[in-house]
Amino acid sequence: MMQFMLLFSRQGKLRLQKWYVPLSDKERKKISRDLVQTILARKPKMCSFLEWRDLKIVYKRYASLYFCCAVEDQDNELITLEIIHRYVELLDKYFGSVCELDIIFNFEKAYFILDEFLLGGEAQETSKKNVLKAIEQADLLQEEAEAPRSVLEEIGLT
Amino acid sequence: MPTVSKGDGMRGLAVFISDIRNCKSKEAEVKRINKELANIRSKFKGDKALDGYSKKKYVCKLLFIFLLGHDIDFGHMEAVNLLSSNKYTEKQIGYLFISVLVNSNSDLIRLINNAIKNDLASRNPTFMNLALHCIANVGSREMAEAQKQICFLTWICSCFQGVVTAATSLITTLAQKSPDDFKTSVCLAVARLSRIVTSASLDLQDYTYYFVAAPWLSVKLLRLLQCYPPPEDAALRSRLTECLETILNKAQEPPKSKKVQHSNAKNAVLFEAIALIIHHDSEPNLLVRACNQLGHFLQHRETNLRYLALESMCTLASSEFSHEAVKTHIETVINALKTERDVSVRQRAVDLLYAMCDRSNSKQIVAEMLSYLETADYSIREEIVLKVAILAEKYAVDYTWYVDTILNLIRIAGDYVSEEVWYRVIQIVINQDDVQGYAAKTVFEALQAPACHENLVKVGGYILGEFGNLIAGDPRSSPLVQFNLLHSKFHLCSVPTRALLLSAYIKFINLFPEVKGTIQDVLRSDSQLRNADVELQQRAVEYLRLSCIASTDILVSKNSAKRASSPSLGFNDALNLNSTPSSGASLLVDVFTDLSNPAPTEGSDEHFTRFVCKNNGVIYENQLLQIGLKSEYRQNLGRIYVFYGNKTSTQFLSFSTSVTSNDLLTPQLNVQVKPVDPLIEAGAQLQQILNIECVSDFSEAPVLNIQFRYGGTLQNITVKLPVMLNKFFQPTEMTSQDFFQRWKQLGAPQQEVQKIFKAKNQMDTDVAKAKLLGFGVALLDGVDPNPANFVGAGIIHTKTTQVGCLLRLEPNTQAQMYRLTLRTSKESVSQRLCELLSEQF
Repeated sequence: MMQFMLLFSRQGKLRLQKWYVPLSDKERKKISRDLVQTILARKPKMCSFLEWRDLKIVYKRYASLYFCCAVEDQDNELITLEIIHRYVELLDKYFGSVCELDIIFNFEKAYFILDEFLLGGEAQETSKKNVLKAIEQADLLQEEAEAPRSVLEEIGLT
Repeated sequence: MPTVSKGDGMRGLAVFISDIRNCKSKEAEVKRINKELANIRSKFKGDKALDGYSKKKYVCKLLFIFLLGHDIDFGHMEAVNLLSSNKYTEKQIGYLFISVLVNSNSDLIRLINNAIKNDLASRNPTFMNLALHCIANVGSREMAEAQKQICFLTWICSCFQGVVTAATSLITTLAQKSPDDFKTSVCLAVARLSRIVTSASLDLQDYTYYFVAAPWLSVKLLRLLQCYPPPEDAALRSRLTECLETILNKAQEPPKSKKVQHSNAKNAVLFEAIALIIHHDSEPNLLVRACNQLGHFLQHRETNLRYLALESMCTLASSEFSHEAVKTHIETVINALKTERDVSVRQRAVDLLYAMCDRSNSKQIVAEMLSYLETADYSIREEIVLKVAILAEKYAVDYTWYVDTILNLIRIAGDYVSEEVWYRVIQIVINQDDVQGYAAKTVFEALQAPACHENLVKVGGYILGEFGNLIAGDPRSSPLVQFNLLHSKFHLCSVPTRALLLSAYIKFINLFPEVKGTIQDVLRSDSQLRNADVELQQRAVEYLRLSCIASTDILVSKNSAKRASSPSLGFNDALNLNSTPSSGASLLVDVFTDLSNPAPTEGSDEHFTRFVCKNNGVIYENQLLQIGLKSEYRQNLGRIYVFYGNKTSTQFLSFSTSVTSNDLLTPQLNVQVKPVDPLIEAGAQLQQILNIECVSDFSEAPVLNIQFRYGGTLQNITVKLPVMLNKFFQPTEMTSQDFFQRWKQLGAPQQEVQKIFKAKNQMDTDVAKAKLLGFGVALLDGVDPNPANFVGAGIIHTKTTQVGCLLRLEPNTQAQMYRLTLRTSKESVSQRLCELLSEQF
């Protein structure tokens, strides 16, 4: 299972952090600092996987952002790489040619999309279509003033 | 700046974010943030109740500030309040804040739990959704139980792919905890997996990712199957095997897309399948195929795949079926070790080499690892050192290679060689006799390098100290050369190493008397004797003293851990803590100070008498020389250690001794004299050993002649050696019945000798007892009806015969007289013993 996911810029600024394990604030800060330094020190042609403490780190750089996931020892690294890619695709579809600024200004949307896709550290919905549909529905709900209709009804599932 | 067109804008938030980004410096940013925090704080505390939209906006701002890296110490309450709002967006922001900022130790957990419960209970699925999300990410224990059951049922009857994926994760985790509960899931998992794997590309449209069918679900199902052993049911097993073979086959097919995502997804499934094959470890065919596939990947263009292949092969190497197959790739792995630019890939290669090592390739692998060690990253050196040491020991066919390897290790990465490693090499060298000489030679050569690591000095010091004698024959490694070599490194070493070297020096003194002087000079130097470190100072002082007074025999018995300890001599032994005290009331010769008792001068026989009942003491002393004795006897053999102390500040030259016996004594008593140094330094002490054998009973005493040259004049000294018949006494315990029986048996007139004499010293029971014990008999209590009388028994041992002796001493305190009766089976013995003993009282 994924223990946490961090998004950070080339300068080491954290843009998004999602933790799937309970850790104190201090520990989280320390981990983020250490890991960001380690990853930024790596050269471009290097392998996407590394061992860090007792976890496996899978990371990929998209334009100016590093997407970094920490998974447990028995997890499959390649599939985690594809989780990262899927997430980027979702963001791309939603924001339309996503860039770092989109994530900065709409960080709460980035979180919502991530939550639709990953749950408790595992991928829960792998169909791109369904995730985006769910987000769209959520957006519609925001515009409604009254109690929202059942989302599941709308997609025709109950 | 991109416009946010979807959903609710929260323009205030966008403005705030732009402000922050426009700040030119850190201080400006902090200022702006503090301004905003103050604003929000006042809004939250204000009288006016905030509407939902504003609350949402402010909570969102707080979240953003937190993400920037600042601590937030308020706002949690407001976020929890948002949870109870009816509006979806507000609830959503509330849950987001909670899941990012609150951990399970917070006080607000109870409130949050209530809100979650309410949402779950509400009929509204979106609210339930949010609540479930929060549970999944924050992890509250109470909710877990209910989820388990719901999930399993959903999974079994669901055809809705997305749910299945999510549920599979949950099932896997639960199966790890209690596998028996979820056994049925194996069958379902295999079924679903085969459906996915064999599906045509048109099915599962939504879940096909770059032409790979449902990769996430496949990987999850394979993970779930890894929680269980291979299925027992034959049909199920064959279906699973078929599945795995299909996956392996697909890997061989040409790729359907050039995109890396396609190959990543495809390979993800492949690697997970290989992991399952390895876990089952039951189908040799599959294992070999897996190994071959991995072998291909070892040389793939993509670094990621090479990394993963190396990692998987590590696990494969431990399976007995595939171990051989893995070994065929050794050249590729070694090549990877040498040419990979990425350090993490190199590290995987090292791990794989370690896993695939066995007797056939151990030498090659260890050599490769050693050459890698020379250029390895510092963070991983210790691990590699340990691995090399383990491999070298495990697969060493002959120990010379092992010694070479460890010494190389120390040379290349001495700092990372932990203590266990070099303790181990010494342990092995000590226990393997045939490698000791080789070790000594190799260590000697290694030490000659200009810069040696301290660990090498430690190992070298120890080995040369123990086995330096094996190479001392060669002039290039003569004892003096060895010593100089070690001592040249002395000042470069830390305190523990120096302590070890000092011990090595004393071992040298033991092995090589010819370097004794040189070493003693070193020990004597102020830098040792007055060293600031207590351990070094103590060792230097004690070793110096030890070397001066002790002979090689003592040192051998004390220093070597292997040999059994010889009978203790009872003097201050610095090293041997198991000293047994000498028998009776004999005095201890104090090696470091002079005795307080005045010693007799030349010619007097007084000393002789003093030694009847004791074994140690000073037997002679004059202005120049002091002679001390320590003796020990066993049955008919005895050994005397004679100590000659030079009391002057000038050397004694041409020192020689001899022992003479008169004609009568010579056949009765054998005295063997060990040779002694002709030189006694000023203030030094010389030791000589005399071995005595009692052939038959005797009454004379041998004479010790000493000759030496002092400052030009020749000195001649003779001393009667205190060897008497009673020294060969063995005390014998017996009951009073036995005693009287024997007493009667020895009733013949020539067997008994009686003497009545006046007491010379004060009559004291304890003193008398001590003297009798010192004489050599066993004191028997309760034999004589008169408790004031003493009764003793013993056996005199000679080479030819053994003579039993009984004695009785009756003190008469009023008259200050004694009556001594001796009965033995030999007249001469009775005579002599009576003579000797009567003088004592």
